[in-house]
Amino acid sequence: MYFKLAWRNIWRNKRRSLITIASILFAVFFAVMMRSIQLGLYSQMIDNVVGFYTGYVQIHSLGYWDEKTLDNSFEYDEGLIDDISKIDRITGVIPRLEGFALSSFGESTKGAMVVGVDPEKEKVMINFHEKIVDGAVFEPTDRSVLMGQGLADYYGLKAFDTLVLLGQGYHGVSAAGKYPVSGIVKFSSPMLNDNLIFLPLKEAQWFYGTDNRITSIVISTDDGNRASTLKASLAEKIDDNIYELMSWEEMMPELVQIIQADSGGGLIMLFILYMVITFGIFGTVLMMTAERTYEFGILLSIGMRRWKISIVLLIETLMMATIGVICGGILAMPLVFYFHNNPIELTGGAAEALLEFGFEAVIPPSTDPSIIITHALIILVITTLITIYPFFIISRLQAASAMRH
Amino acid sequence: MSIIKTQDLTKIYVDHTVEVHALNGVTLDVAEREFTAVVGPSGSGKTTFLNIVGGLDNPSSGTVSIGDTDITDLKDNELIDFRLNNIGFVFQAYNLIPVLTAKENVEFIMLMQKKSKKERDSRVEELLVAVGLGDQMNKKPREMSGGQQQRVAVARALASKPKFVLADEPTANLDSKTAINLLEIMANLNKEEGITFIFSTHDQKVIDRARRIVTLEDGKIVSDVEQNV
Repeated sequence: MYFKLAWRNIWRNKRRSLITIASILFAVFFAVMMRSIQLGLYSQMIDNVVGFYTGYVQIHSLGYWDEKTLDNSFEYDEGLIDDISKIDRITGVIPRLEGFALSSFGESTKGAMVVGVDPEKEKVMINFHEKIVDGAVFEPTDRSVLMGQGLADYYGLKAFDTLVLLGQGYHGVSAAGKYPVSGIVKFSSPMLNDNLIFLPLKEAQWFYGTDNRITSIVISTDDGNRASTLKASLAEKIDDNIYELMSWEEMMPELVQIIQADSGGGLIMLFILYMVITFGIFGTVLMMTAERTYEFGILLSIGMRRWKISIVLLIETLMMATIGVICGGILAMPLVFYFHNNPIELTGGAAEALLEFGFEAVIPPSTDPSIIITHALIILVITTLITIYPFFIISRLQAASAMRH
Repeated sequence: MSIIKTQDLTKIYVDHTVEVHALNGVTLDVAEREFTAVVGPSGSGKTTFLNIVGGLDNPSSGTVSIGDTDITDLKDNELIDFRLNNIGFVFQAYNLIPVLTAKENVEFIMLMQKKSKKERDSRVEELLVAVGLGDQMNKKPREMSGGQQQRVAVARALASKPKFVLADEPTANLDSKTAINLLEIMANLNKEEGITFIFSTHDQKVIDRARRIVTLEDGKIVSDVEQNV
């Protein structure tokens, strides 16, 4: 009966209830859209760099991250790789040898990161086969390079042209080589696209003179949110006197800072949105309480306990909030999914800013269900808190004076 | 046997800085099965008296005993429960719950008393038939006339099987014919089921049907007479 009473009370003043429900609906809609776009953008930014290159966790020789030289490389240990591969939810354990060299084609020269990779193991990370736009991916035993499309465009070279590399190898040895370009790969991150040259791992070890050494082991997982758990599991497998373990947040603090700063701005916007909605709902509850003081007096006089009257009011406001939340969700989710599958392409200044930081200028909104759940809960909590006001009024109400109202 | 006993009831309101003595030492006994009218001019303290007897308001001093219970000693929740189980109210403005049907309005009281569905259904029907609304059970208050609404209010007041019913100007908003009809119903319930009724009223029709007339003036009982009806 209390639910029936609450439900019918909502529709006593249809226009006001509909306005309240609509305000909740739009609050949820905008909050979900805003947050989905924001989190989608962050996810995109992370995936651009972490998911397709850096990995969620890396293992280096102790001190490598502070001083990235080939002298801080370490011996490639197949046993360690196998050991790590057994950890739950790890999808790839990828050895790399990273160094810098001058690249030259024709009359042009440019500094580049020359990375030794195993194209088979990289299938779960870089996946050259998906990114190849010209030529073909090299085999592990080939003596050729793959290069980013941005760098190739800089030189104006194509597959099967020859690139000269000149640098410094392990313990200061000269590193020099002339390599045919087996293919050109396109990264979504301009930062990677413009700066990377890949060699097969064996050839890179020869080029840099490192023998069987590598600079990093990149770990990929199917659950990026578990990077810290993954790091803890890895810590049990490796000797921290020899190796250092770094999560992507530690390797890219500037990315974390960009996300945190932007997220903070978004949260302030959401806070303002929720404040507006809070006062909207509070206005409704205020009017509802004032209009129905007489009725509360009747209910008290015929023997309804105060807390029961309050519960009916709480059910009423929660029902309105729930309808608003559900409708807001129904309105927002198809759009979120549509734009997730057909990402919003940014143009102008916003696009340039993202490209400058090395990220794709597209936003696929996040479809994480926790977004709508969080905002639904926020609305329900706000609604519940607002009903403290009528609870307070009802708790002090005298039946006789209420009926003189 | 006495069902209501008031002892030296006073009620003082402070209107701005002026003290208003709404009740001034009212002592009254009401026996079971009485059909009593409390009469008097406007501002004589009739409604205040009924409110205090019904536990809707607190006296400034004095006591109200219903049966063996001094309701002025009860805590808030105890008083609410006491009203639910012992007192029926009929108000001048009907005061039905507008979103509930006649049936649901009457049933609502028994629902709060946690009566079984079977018991609720049979009593609701019995009461609405008794007040002549057996065919109007599913109508909401706005779909009913004033007289019909007041009859639903009488049925609601009786739903909890109260010790007595307090009716504050129950006929004030009704036309003569409807008022007489309502009085007939209440008189029958009094006679046949032994329900005690106390009215506050200006209405001569009610006064004519009452077997006891208590007259208040300036918050004091100035006469208390019985009459043959």
